Amino acid sequence: MTKSSFQIGELLIVELEHFQQLLDALWNRDFAVYGPTVKDMAIVHDEVKAVYDFPIGWTDEQEAAHYQLKKTGNGALFNYVVGPHTWKKYLFPPKVSLWEAKKEGALFEILPDKSSPPKMAFIGIRACDLSAIMIQDNIFTKGDYKDSIYLRNRKNNFILAVNCTKSGGGCFCISMGTGPKATKGFDLALTEIIDDKRHYFLFEVGSELGGEILSQVTTQAAGETEKQTVEKAINQAKNQMGRALDTRGIKELLYDNSEHPRWDDVASRCLTCGNCTMVCPTCFCSNIEDYTDLTGKLANRQRRWDSCFTLEHSYIHGGSVRSSVKARYRQWLTHKFASWIDQFGTSGCVGCGRCITWCPSGIDVTEEIKEIRRSVKVSTAV
Amino acid sequence: MATVLERQIKMGDDNQNPMHPKLFKVMKVRKETHDTFSLNLEASDGSGGFHFQPGQFNMLYLFGVGEAPISISGDPGVKKTLTHTIRAVGAVTKGMMKLKKGDSLGVRGPYGTTWPTKEAEGKDVVIIAGGIGLAPLRPVIYHLLSNREKFGKTVLLYGARTPDDLLYVQELEQWRSRFDFEVLVTVDRALGKWQGNIEVVTRLIPKATYDPANSIAMVCGPSIMMRFTVLELMKQGLTQNQIYISEERNMKCGIGHCGHCQIEHIFVCKDGPVFRYDAMVELFKKRDI
Amino acid sequence: METLEPILAAHPFLKGLEPDHLKLITGCASNVVFQPGQFIFREGEEANQFYIVREGKVVIETYSPVKGPIPIHTRQKGEVLGWSWLVPPYRWHFDARALELTRAIALDGKCLRQKCEDDHDFGYEIMKRFAFVIAERLEATRLQLLDVYGDRS
Repeated sequence: MTKSSFQIGELLIVELEHFQQLLDALWNRDFAVYGPTVKDMAIVHDEVKAVYDFPIGWTDEQEAAHYQLKKTGNGALFNYVVGPHTWKKYLFPPKVSLWEAKKEGALFEILPDKSSPPKMAFIGIRACDLSAIMIQDNIFTKGDYKDSIYLRNRKNNFILAVNCTKSGGGCFCISMGTGPKATKGFDLALTEIIDDKRHYFLFEVGSELGGEILSQVTTQAAGETEKQTVEKAINQAKNQMGRALDTRGIKELLYDNSEHPRWDDVASRCLTCGNCTMVCPTCFCSNIEDYTDLTGKLANRQRRWDSCFTLEHSYIHGGSVRSSVKARYRQWLTHKFASWIDQFGTSGCVGCGRCITWCPSGIDVTEEIKEIRRSVKVSTAV
Repeated sequence: MATVLERQIKMGDDNQNPMHPKLFKVMKVRKETHDTFSLNLEASDGSGGFHFQPGQFNMLYLFGVGEAPISISGDPGVKKTLTHTIRAVGAVTKGMMKLKKGDSLGVRGPYGTTWPTKEAEGKDVVIIAGGIGLAPLRPVIYHLLSNREKFGKTVLLYGARTPDDLLYVQELEQWRSRFDFEVLVTVDRALGKWQGNIEVVTRLIPKATYDPANSIAMVCGPSIMMRFTVLELMKQGLTQNQIYISEERNMKCGIGHCGHCQIEHIFVCKDGPVFRYDAMVELFKKRDI
Repeated sequence: METLEPILAAHPFLKGLEPDHLKLITGCASNVVFQPGQFIFREGEEANQFYIVREGKVVIETYSPVKGPIPIHTRQKGEVLGWSWLVPPYRWHFDARALELTRAIALDGKCLRQKCEDDHDFGYEIMKRFAFVIAERLEATRLQLLDVYGDRS
């Protein structure tokens, strides 16, 4: 079945053997296509040209401070949860030039940026990560000042979301209200199904562009059985959530307990390595570094990801405001789960669980918050 | 065809990169103290005119070295010249100390909230500055003096470390000679010929003439100084919502994107630097946040 | 002769003092004037007065053979100068020198100490007021010591 375009909300089936057509359609439209692939024994995001670039038959096993790839034997393309990479590396790059300037005598001028905005297609964004992108949209594009680099990278995106049919040990998207099903912000969303006879994808059209791209792929209308199968598969992910977090009154809970002894406890385990901030899909802190060439005539300002776990982050003349580990851990957690709500109207956490998995000492944000809540409940009950 | 994002949000103008500084030329350098200096700047493109409100700051860029957030210390009524008073404490500001007439500097801004000059109309105004804290308050003084009839009693209480650390000494003398502006200056320590006050600036608060019930206080200085000043003002009968302070935090972008200047839910660069004290009182109780 | 009572009653230090107590204190008071540069008291001397400053400015200082006079803080209109008269051994620990023409009311410490002993209500009232002055001096001294405008503040 081919059609010039599909309507938003339409559901269609694509068989595995036709999945490549989707990638081809994107490449043909000059999108650089990024998706999941296996590298250094992890599932990361990189350029994908063909189906065989995908992590076929791999799954990831995750727990606090634990990540391991495992062979599953089935040929699933998306049978993993989330890896160490987030999509922010494409939109809010880890290191990027802000501008270059050239000095002429006592004057200098900023050199025009001649590169054209990239066209990027993201294949396999999970519902949690899609929420994270919308959170960063909020930060970088909705205030009085818009981040030019982010806007540029975000402008021509194609987003293919993947609904989760399994959950990882660190997952708690249900608690954060972000998943496991993608509900908005995508051009296309798919759910992958492998049963005894078939390996297929149920696609949902999320935008005109999505409908148009999908029209270039061999599809068939989705039947009731297939829709039910998909629903069941997504429910399975819901039932498998590795973690849970009670978010009721979480802002007040954290604001009111800034001197809770649990902060000292977690500070004794935290190495301030900043891994949690690097793998977090919403963390947006950055620093700027200045460079000149050897002649001193050409200057460059580079923006890099920064982490609130460094001493330099809060440095003002005389010293750092948050000099203790306790202060820095508290800043991160309180920002993510409390002050973010005041700043941007949503939580800064999407429940992807990466910070739990990639923390070398296995610090679990859900546990830390649970402990604070438990002791507060106990003390108010007395 | 519109992408998802374009449908969701109105895209900003790509050409307006908020991180691009505007080029300014140094017209005059004035040494204020051993480590503090003022720069008079004018736009290089001759476009002239820099509009700002008292209390706002700019990100100043020194070619190849970097940027620093510096409050504007000049007269808001004089649009042609942009004035900054800078204390040389880091790589960027120490580099700026070497600037000469004719050199150029990048300017982004103005950013941040302003001193409550409108709210203060019809009231007594008590300006309390410590050290370099006088610089961001000087635009308020200029504003008060050029609109003197709009305000009640006006008072400047200024404390510095030593007599050699006093900023704007000539102007202080001029202001002091006015009958409609009470100026009290003090230093924490002094040797030699100093005939003025040796007292912490908080001790000047009970000595000045103003009506605590109908005053606005604007305070800028080191954190400890501001906390004790607020305490003393409240002893005199001012309430939290009559007191304004200016906060200092690490700032890299000035536009609420880099994350460095946060104090709990506040971004000092865009929610501040000037805050009414009642907005900060709970945060002042917390440490290392 | 006009008594010093109304002047004392109006001074911030004695504001709100009961009339009886004001009378007691007026009995120990006398008017004094110091020329610029004139010492009001010197380190080591017996401390038998304190001063209620009405006009002018006084510097409290100490002396170093190398540096000369080292000023510590200044007192002016509306403030009280000296509390060594209140604590044994009743000797000045610092110098006090008028920086400007200074008018003050001197209060006889010996006389006051006796009156405080005789009338503890009066004594308590005076003590409360001096406790306030001393606490305020201590806080200001701590702030000075913090060197808040210094390089690492």
